[in-house]
Amino acid sequence: MKRFTQLYTELDQTNRTNEKVAALESYFREAAPADAAWALHFLCGRKVPRAVTSTALREWAAAESALPAWLLDECYETVGDLAETIALILPDTVGGLTLPLHQMVAERLLDLESLPLPARRKLLAQTWRELNANERFVWNKLLTGSFRVGVAQTLVERALASVAGVAQSAMAHRLMGLWKPREEDFLRLLSGAENDAGEIAKPFPFFLASPTQDPTALGAISDWQVEWKWDGIRAQIIRRQGEALIWSRGDEMITGSFPEIAAAATALPDGTVLDGEILAWTDAKPQPFGRLQLRLGRKSPSTKLQRDLPVVFVAYDVLEFAGEDWRARALSERRSKLETAIAAAAAAPRAANEEDAQRDLFERLEPATQRDFPLRISEILHPVSWEELSHRRMESRARAVEGVMLKRLTSSYGTGRQRGDWWKWKIEPLTMDAVLIGAQAGHGRRANLYTDYTFGVWHGGALVPVAKAYSGLTDEEILEVDKFVRGHTTGKFGPVRAVEAELVFELAFEGINESPRHKSGIAVRFPRIKRRRDDKKPEDADTLESLRALLLQNNRG
Amino acid sequence: MPQPPLLQISERGLYCAVGDFYIDPWKPVGFAVTTHAHSDHARSGSQNYLCAEAGRCVLQERLGAGAAIEGIPYGKKVTRRSVTVSLHPAGHILGSAQVRVEHQGEVWVVSGDYKLEAEPTCAPFEPVRCDTFITECTFGLPIYRWRPQAEIFDEINRWWRQNQSAARASILHVYSLGKAQRVLAGVDASIGPIFVHGGISRLLPAYAAAGVKLPAVQEMNAESLGETRGTALVLAPSAAENSPWLRRFGEASTAFASGWMQLRGARRRRALDRGFTLSDHADWDGLLSAISATGAQRIFATHGDTAPLVRWLRERGLDAHGLKTQFTGDAEEISAEPASGHTAAAEALLPL
Repeated sequence: MKRFTQLYTELDQTNRTNEKVAALESYFREAAPADAAWALHFLCGRKVPRAVTSTALREWAAAESALPAWLLDECYETVGDLAETIALILPDTVGGLTLPLHQMVAERLLDLESLPLPARRKLLAQTWRELNANERFVWNKLLTGSFRVGVAQTLVERALASVAGVAQSAMAHRLMGLWKPREEDFLRLLSGAENDAGEIAKPFPFFLASPTQDPTALGAISDWQVEWKWDGIRAQIIRRQGEALIWSRGDEMITGSFPEIAAAATALPDGTVLDGEILAWTDAKPQPFGRLQLRLGRKSPSTKLQRDLPVVFVAYDVLEFAGEDWRARALSERRSKLETAIAAAAAAPRAANEEDAQRDLFERLEPATQRDFPLRISEILHPVSWEELSHRRMESRARAVEGVMLKRLTSSYGTGRQRGDWWKWKIEPLTMDAVLIGAQAGHGRRANLYTDYTFGVWHGGALVPVAKAYSGLTDEEILEVDKFVRGHTTGKFGPVRAVEAELVFELAFEGINESPRHKSGIAVRFPRIKRRRDDKKPEDADTLESLRALLLQNNRG
Repeated sequence: MPQPPLLQISERGLYCAVGDFYIDPWKPVGFAVTTHAHSDHARSGSQNYLCAEAGRCVLQERLGAGAAIEGIPYGKKVTRRSVTVSLHPAGHILGSAQVRVEHQGEVWVVSGDYKLEAEPTCAPFEPVRCDTFITECTFGLPIYRWRPQAEIFDEINRWWRQNQSAARASILHVYSLGKAQRVLAGVDASIGPIFVHGGISRLLPAYAAAGVKLPAVQEMNAESLGETRGTALVLAPSAAENSPWLRRFGEASTAFASGWMQLRGARRRRALDRGFTLSDHADWDGLLSAISATGAQRIFATHGDTAPLVRWLRERGLDAHGLKTQFTGDAEEISAEPASGHTAAAEALLPL
C-alpha cells in the first residue's frame, strides 16, 4: 500500500507525461507482481464491488471525526470528492500499516462485503486509523470506486510495454483481453505467454479518427474512402473458435445486450474480426442514441425489446480474416474482403439462436434477406469533388448521422488517435442563445467553483430550463462566471444556486428531440457552451417556440 | 433607548460611531484603523491611518509616501473621543494587528486576518479577552487543518533539491506581502540561489527596517541568470505566471504556496506541478481555539463562507452571526475561494 500510495503521489505531483510514464515504469519494475496486478487493475479504471454505500461512509466518517453529519456535508460540497473529504477530516494518525496492496485489497476491501455491517464499520475505522493521511486518501478512492489519477490508458500501456520490452501497440492489445488482477495474469501480460482462452476473446485496439474542418487540405478526394459518420456504439465483433463476442470501444464485452448481432456473426467464417458501429435501426434509418442506450442497458434483452428496438451492426472494416491479422494491409484491400465476407454471411443459412429454434425448420433454412440481416456494411459515398461532398454532408442531419468520415484508401488500421489517415468531418452543431439561470459547483478539477450551469429560454414571459452544460468556457471565463454566480444568487436549492437572468451564452448542441420527461418538452443532445454573448441582453435570447421550430426543421425526412 | 452596537457595518466599512473611526474601510474615510497592509484591508484614499508600529513601513510602501500613517506599539492604548483603542499582534504578517475597542466597559475585538502558528517574520498571535469578537473565517471548515510549517518547509526544500538534480528552476508562487517573506525565512537558503519578483523585492527594505532577518536574494541580470541556471528558487506572485520575467529562468517546476492548496481540485485547476499547503490564516482548529481564548459570548464571522462556523458556534451556545463585509481574502487567492456550502434539504432545483 505504501509503494502504491507513493506512485499515486508521484503521478499526482507532475504534469509531465514523461515523468508519469517513468513513475509508472519504476513502480511496475519494483512492485511485487501480485501488487502490480492490482495497481494495473485500478489504473485501467477497473473497480471492485462497492462494499460500503456513500451514506454509510459519510455516517461512519463523521462519527470517527466527531463531527456532525451536516458539517461533513458542508465539507463534501466544498471539496467535491467524498474520498478526499473523509481523508481530510479524519483525525491525524501515525499510520504504520505495512500490508502490501494485494493483501489490503483481499483482506480489507474484498472481504468487507461479506462482513455484517457493524464488523464492516469496525474494520474500515481500523484501516483508517492505521493508514497515514495520503494512504487514507488513496484507500478511500479504491473504496468508493473513484480511483482516477489523470493517467491516460496509453501512458499505462507505454510504461508496461517498456517494462515488458515490447511495442506499445502489442501491450495495448494484451491489455484489451481478459485478465484478472492476479500475479500470474500480470506476469503473463509482461511475458506475452498466452492463455488461449484469454487470447481468443481479445479485440484489437480501435483506430480513431481526428477531427477536420477543412478536408480540401487532404489532397485529391479520389485518395479517400468516404462514409457517413454513424452515431452509435463503436464495437468489434470477434468471431473465433466457434464463438462470436462483441466488444465496445469502452473495453466492455456487450455480447449479451445484442444477441441478434452475435447470432448473425456466427455466419462469419471462423477467425474474423470486424470493426463497426451498433445502431438502433428502424424504418431504414438510425434512431436517436437514447433509444440505443435502452438496449445497451439490458444485459439480456427480452424478445419483445429486440422486436421493438431492432439493432444492426454497420461494419467499417475487417481486422482479421481466416485467423490472419489484416490490419497492416491497405484499406482498399480490406474493404473488398469486408464486402465479400458480409455478403457471404448474409447469404448463409441463418444460424440457430433461441428464438429461431422455435420456428419451422424450413423457414430457418431460408437464406436471410439483406433487409433483416443485422450485419450491414457502411455505405461508401463517391463524390467527385470536395465541393460535392460538402453538399452531401448537408444531408447528415436528415439522415441522423454526424457528418462524414474520410479514410485514406492506402492506409493500414492503426491504433488510437494517430493523425493523418482517418478524419471525421462533422456537421456544424445547432446553436441557441440561452440565459444562465442556475449553477452548481463542479467536481475534481472544478471542485469548489460554480461550473455546472443550467440554461433557460423564454416561454410565456418566463425562462424555462432547456439545457445543462459543463464545458466550453476557458479557465478565465469560468472564474468570471463563478464570481457572477456568487454575486447574483437569488436563491439556494440544495447545492444549486439560482441566479439573476443576466448572462447570455451561445450553446452548441448536436440534436433536438421531443421529450415528455423534461419540463420544456424538448431535449437537446450534447449541449456545450460555444461562447459568451455579452453583446446580447437576456431578452434577446431564444424562445421555446424558436427551438420547437428548429426541432421540426431538423427532424424532417 | 437601546444603545447602538459599538461597531457596525456601514457603506464604507466597519464603523465605530462613538469614536468616529473605521476599521479596514473599503472606501476612503477620515480615520482608518488598519489591521494590516493587504490590499483588501488597506485601501488608499483615507485622510488618516492608524496601524501597529511594526507594520508602518509596509503600509507606507503599499499606500504611497503621501499617506498619513501613525504607528503605535502593540498594547498601547489611545483614545478617540471616549473610546479606547489598542492594537495586538495577529500573527498574520509583519505588523498585523487585532483591534481592541473599549467603551464604557464593553470590549470588542476585530481580529483582522490571523494565524496561530508562530513564525519569524511577525509577532505571534496574542489572544485578547473581549465580549464581542469579530473573527475572520477564510478557512472555516474542518477540512482545513494545517500541518506544522516545519514539515511544509521540508517538502519545499526537498522539491527544490529534486529540481536542481533535474537542472530545473523552482518557481514558487506566493503572495507578495507576508507569504513571500515567510517562505524566505523558512526555506533552507544554503540549497541554492534565490530570486524574487519585483513586487516582492520592493517590500524587503520595510522588513529589514522592522528588524526581520531574511536571506540575501540575487540581483536579476544576464550574468546571475546564466550562473544560476537550473538551480534557483524563484518567488513570484501568481499574477506573474506565464510572464516574460519568469520565462527567463528556462525550464522550471512550478508550485503554489497557499492554504487553498489543501484541496486537490484547487491544486489541479492551477495546472502547477506542486501545491504546498502553507497559510497565513487560521485553520479550523485555530479559529476554534482563538475564539474560545477570547472568552467572547458574541461572535461575528467574516470572510469566506461563514455559515458552517456560525452554526457550529451556535450549537455550542454562543451568540454567533455572519457579518457581510467586502474583504475578499488575500487578493491573489480569490480565484481559489471555495463555493459556499449549503445544507438545506436538497430540493430539486431547476429540473429540466
